[in-house]
Amino acid sequence: MSISRRDFLKLAGISSLGIGFSATDLLWKNRAEAIEYMSSPKGLTAKRWAMVVDLRKFKTEEDYNRVIDICHRIHNVPDFGNLKDEVKWIWTDTFEHVFPFQKNEYLPEGVQEKKAVLFCNHCDNPPCVRVCPTKATFKRKDGIVAQDYHRCIGCRFCMAACPFGSRSFNWRDPRPFIKRLNPKFPTRTKGVVEKCNFCVERLAEGLKPACVEVSNGALTFGDLSDPNSEVRKILSTNYSIRKAELGTRPSVFYIIGGDEDA
Amino acid sequence: MYDAGKILIGLIIFLAFATFPFYSNMGKAVAKPDPKLDTPVIQQMKVKQCVESKEFMRAEHMQLLNNWRDAALRRGERLYKGSDGRITEISFQNQCLRCHSNKKKFCDECHSYAAVKPYCWDCHIAPKEANNEH
Repeated sequence: MSISRRDFLKLAGISSLGIGFSATDLLWKNRAEAIEYMSSPKGLTAKRWAMVVDLRKFKTEEDYNRVIDICHRIHNVPDFGNLKDEVKWIWTDTFEHVFPFQKNEYLPEGVQEKKAVLFCNHCDNPPCVRVCPTKATFKRKDGIVAQDYHRCIGCRFCMAACPFGSRSFNWRDPRPFIKRLNPKFPTRTKGVVEKCNFCVERLAEGLKPACVEVSNGALTFGDLSDPNSEVRKILSTNYSIRKAELGTRPSVFYIIGGDEDA
Repeated sequence: MYDAGKILIGLIIFLAFATFPFYSNMGKAVAKPDPKLDTPVIQQMKVKQCVESKEFMRAEHMQLLNNWRDAALRRGERLYKGSDGRITEISFQNQCLRCHSNKKKFCDECHSYAAVKPYCWDCHIAPKEANNEH
């Protein structure tokens, strides 16, 4: 018995369709139905989260350390003990380094010498997100620039793109360098980049970021898009600056001031 | 055939090596994985039921974990409504491992058997248990 080329091709076409259909059946088997994902009703929400840092209220070394320590402790940030490997979510730097365009030698002494607190600026136009090849870093709907460590391949493009040095790379396994593990939060692993996450895990539980909580009012957190929010009230009554020169539209604002009543 | 003797000897040696894993393990049954559910939290539960059915969790837990990760991390949706309508908070470390606190006898039991090495534990902290590797 012979089969014509035309009939053979017809038959092959129909068979492959059949195989295709049986495969889709396999794909859908075992899938649960009626599943649904929801946001927690107790979570804090906003259109654009922002932070106001009132540097006037940072007076002693203790004021800085308290803020840094709580963050690094609850987020399992390792301390490698040397600057080369340093991993940081919150850190400090001199006024001149933080605001190079604002510096002049006639500023009041209290301002010149003042250290600024720094964290990820959670930019509205984040360059780190644009360069990430795996979309490990992304901007959430509430303005937080978040990072999915599962997807980070450690290329460090984001570190090159971030003009503020907000990102740190884990050159070594961080686990042995975490003094006290917080069992509620994951650590990171060797080969991923990490940074401040504006405490998304706390916002989901209805809590403000940990640094804000321990700052005695020096840090204020709120919704920048809401004219009645705490941050907007402070920004509308105080002169503030932010690291805006590079057009990334940061969400962290600084009130410098000289004296308490400035 | 030239050099038939040498070729045949070579072939026999090759076959002996290539089939070594099969005949060396012949007749020896590797113990079946036997994951345990006897953690204190599970024992106290009235209805011993995970977020989905046992069969679903067995076959699809990796997919579910991936979906949970994307929902919680990317979309900020940290509540999961299962097919039976129960709502669970999404968190691998704080929810899954709260009940399944026996990584060795629950996770590793099958993962070792199937020779899969999921990278969960590179970052997620395994619950404290006796002789825990991590």
